[in-house]
Amino acid sequence: MTQIALTVNGERHEAEVEPRRLLVYFLREQLGLTGTNVGCDTSSCGACTVLLDGESVKSCTVLAVQADGTELTTIEGLAEGDELHPVQQAFHEQHGLQCGYCTPGFVMATVSLLKESPSPSEDEIRHALEGNLCRCTGYHNIVRAVEAAARATT
Amino acid sequence: MIPAGFEYARASSVEHAIELLGDEDAKLLAGGHSLIPMLRLRFARPSLLVDIGRLADLRYVREDGDRIAIGALTRHADLARDPVLKERSPLVAQVAEGIGDPQVRHRGTIGGSVAHADPASDMATLMVTLGAELVARGPDGERTIAADGFFHGPFASALAPREVLTELRVPTVADGVYLKHVRRAQDWALVGVAVARVDGATRVGLTSMGATPLRASGVEDALAGGASPAEAASRAGEGTEPPSDVQGSAAYRTHLAEVLVRRALERL
Repeated sequence: MTQIALTVNGERHEAEVEPRRLLVYFLREQLGLTGTNVGCDTSSCGACTVLLDGESVKSCTVLAVQADGTELTTIEGLAEGDELHPVQQAFHEQHGLQCGYCTPGFVMATVSLLKESPSPSEDEIRHALEGNLCRCTGYHNIVRAVEAAARATT
Repeated sequence: MIPAGFEYARASSVEHAIELLGDEDAKLLAGGHSLIPMLRLRFARPSLLVDIGRLADLRYVREDGDRIAIGALTRHADLARDPVLKERSPLVAQVAEGIGDPQVRHRGTIGGSVAHADPASDMATLMVTLGAELVARGPDGERTIAADGFFHGPFASALAPREVLTELRVPTVADGVYLKHVRRAQDWALVGVAVARVDGATRVGLTSMGATPLRASGVEDALAGGASPAEAASRAGEGTEPPSDVQGSAAYRTHLAEVLVRRALERL
């Protein structure tokens, strides 16, 4: 077992983990943060996207020990009390989801994108979200939601 | 899919990593975006992972005479937006920007991608095409390996078990094109083609056309003899052994290589 200490959604955690423990299972099973979904489990679908030191990563392809000392943000860490994060609000208003399973990953990938590129073109948005799959194929509304979020935050 | 158990040690320096690699079944962990999927599929079952991911002194891009020196732990995302590369060897930044997806590029490193020696790696092909020099450090000191001789087979390289790839040195190349054919966004290249003008000669490299990244020497010879892009491209399959798999047959890959080489040469 390896001792790790990290900050998740502003809260400091110390834990013992097996080195083979994947970050997504650490978040879901050890911290109870089940908003981050496991989709393909093979770093393709992006459902497990979280922010590691502010940048999007697929938490199924990061070991919990690699996250030692870092700052993580999951979907649970975006809203301020009852007030949704502008990206969550935009996905809600533009109906950027159907079944909702991929949504936490898309929202986190969008937060990361808008940090790097606050006013992306439609083309840029589609490329930037290529690491996230929506099996309901709700892509058009997702792109609209990202555009709305960009407008709301700039 | 959960990896088999392993021990974990975090290296505090390259020397420390070399020491830790004394363990027979040890593997180096950088960004983990090649290794962790293999651990999960249990294709790799090391007894020890030596994590070099935090060695900040291996994360840089700097001009060094007529070469650009890239630290092995520089992430694809860093390469894609690096001002030195964008100005002096933009093809490296472009290829980095086309690897995987943003999440992958936030973790994956150039050294990890090249040392993994996957014949489907865009970056490995680019290093061969550009004639990069790869710097490795081991128990006996440092040595420089030409990218052309670095790749020995699928996932097999010139690196000794206790050597760490520390730096990749690429020439400044103003003219270069990389094209790849994928069936879906973020897929590995079904076939990739790199062309670049290096020291007055046109060099051509191929991804996923054999057991290692390859130079298309037939194409290069034809170009040196004054052939047109279309004539030269018709020789793209020479000396290759493309795989046949669920993604495409060898004949299809050869056809793609010819088309992509022609298009790349026309754009150069």
